[in-house]
Amino acid sequence: MTTAATAKSARLRWHQVAIGLVVLLLAAGVGLTVGAAPIPAGGALMALVDGLPLIEVGHGLDRIQLRILYEIRFPRVVLGGLVGSVLAISGAAYQGVFKNPLADPYLLGVAAGAGLGATAALGSGAEPWTVAPLAFAGGLAAVFVTYSLGRSVGGRTTTSLILAGVAVAAFATAVQTYLLQRRVDTLREVYSWILGRLTTVGWDEVWTMAPYTAVAGLVLLGARRLLDVLSVGDDEARALGVKVDRVRILVVLAATLATAAAVSVSGLIGFVGIIVPHIIRLAFGWSYRVILPLSMIFGAVFMMSADVVARTLLSPAELPIGVVTAFLGAPFFVLVLRTSRVPR
Amino acid sequence: MIGWDAVEVFYAGRRALGPVSLAVGDGDWVGLIGPNGAGKSTMLKTAVGLVEHTGVVGLREEGPIAGHDIAWMPQRPAMPEQMGVADYVMLGRSPHIGYLGREGRRDREAVEAALAKLDLVDIAHRPLGTLSGGEAQRAVLARALAQGAPVLLLDEPTANLDIGHAIEVLEVIDELRLSERLTVVTAIHDLTLAGRFCQRLALLADGVIMAEGAPSRVLVEEILRPHYGDSVRVIRDAEGPTVVPGRRRH
Repeated sequence: MTTAATAKSARLRWHQVAIGLVVLLLAAGVGLTVGAAPIPAGGALMALVDGLPLIEVGHGLDRIQLRILYEIRFPRVVLGGLVGSVLAISGAAYQGVFKNPLADPYLLGVAAGAGLGATAALGSGAEPWTVAPLAFAGGLAAVFVTYSLGRSVGGRTTTSLILAGVAVAAFATAVQTYLLQRRVDTLREVYSWILGRLTTVGWDEVWTMAPYTAVAGLVLLGARRLLDVLSVGDDEARALGVKVDRVRILVVLAATLATAAAVSVSGLIGFVGIIVPHIIRLAFGWSYRVILPLSMIFGAVFMMSADVVARTLLSPAELPIGVVTAFLGAPFFVLVLRTSRVPR
Repeated sequence: MIGWDAVEVFYAGRRALGPVSLAVGDGDWVGLIGPNGAGKSTMLKTAVGLVEHTGVVGLREEGPIAGHDIAWMPQRPAMPEQMGVADYVMLGRSPHIGYLGREGRRDREAVEAALAKLDLVDIAHRPLGTLSGGEAQRAVLARALAQGAPVLLLDEPTANLDIGHAIEVLEVIDELRLSERLTVVTAIHDLTLAGRFCQRLALLADGVIMAEGAPSRVLVEEILRPHYGDSVRVIRDAEGPTVVPGRRRH
């Protein structure tokens, strides 16, 4: 007797995922073909098909063009996709777990904390693999302080949490600047990283990023039904048998891990975690069952597109991608602030 | 059935409840009455583990209480504006779905049955934010029913309703109680309604049960006046006791 009443319930539809994947492929295609060195779109496509096992087609690209395609553009597009998808899904997850539409890795101070951790690693000349774990530690400390500070000051209102995040981010940035000034030799490198960048040569960053994306993505996607249950409040969720604190900690850990990984490879790229989930919410409804997976797909699309803008606007020079996202994100933030009615 | 045995609650060292003991048999409906701050909500919350307490609250002797056993609804349930009615009712199935699982056929059937029982099928897709007070309360009851728990704890189910809708909701609860053999405990402010619908009443004041028994034995002026003031009057007729306010003469 499963019929009409539950048929239209909030869940992810295959056609939504299919549309998302098509848009994702288009964005990736644009990302592969646009850039300082001209590579014909058809040739690039053929070269990629040619790269598949057991398939040989003519593509007409020379060796330099092939190297640009495989060693620079392709990893960059993939890296942008991974960073965008984890920032977007983390933002959506923070919003669900803190029940706050303005929560985002950047505004909660997580990104700044992770940035501080990564700077400490980069500045001290430690092994490259230590960057991500230290970023994770910094991000975790930041979100913990933000949450406790926000609660102690003003219960769980939107504004107190965000203001606490601003304070934590300012403090982390100050410490970070202090560390940088002490080590002038690394200043330039770290600053270019802070502004947010996707410049990469080869696949190293992609391989750094991939496992974090996979783990965090699986945990967060697994928790999407529970985030819907949390929307009726902690007490009711508990009475429905949900271990609220455990879910909250798990989700925050996963989202922070993903953010830290993104920060450690690409610096501070803000607002993705707000823009993408909010557009998904407007287009596809309230349920985290839909918001989380689609945020992952469209976060990747958003970041790939922003990267194309960053590469072409001042071509042949590049704009830091964090500048592009902030340029779009800041007005959007004001829009969300004005339209979201949050119970105080 | 559900029982409280010597249950006490302390907030910051101050006694907020107890010791209270109360047993509610299978299929019974007990109303918790009492002035504001008497501890009615706190007593209900002890049963679902939302406040720390000493003493024992249980369904039987064995086992901890989980969402399977008790459906609890707070005074003002959170109703996310955009969530649809059917999705809201589905939340009631949460105790039956594994952490990483998703709802199956049995869950959907339970939701369909609850929607049908509470006459919500036609508005199953409406967002909660668009419901009237009566519809919202029916959605809340449907969620509790979908939970499939034998015990229903309702904190002020008629709080925001006019008398017509209040009676309607209480009638629905009574029907569910009889058809599903539910055990019901409600905190309720309206003494007359409490007397009409509940089989037994427990009067709480300052965290302690002052009187307990059939409505005709609890709703008497000598028992009520110390807690509600001397102007409270009780009128008796064939329908049972009716509690009315008197005015102090100046």
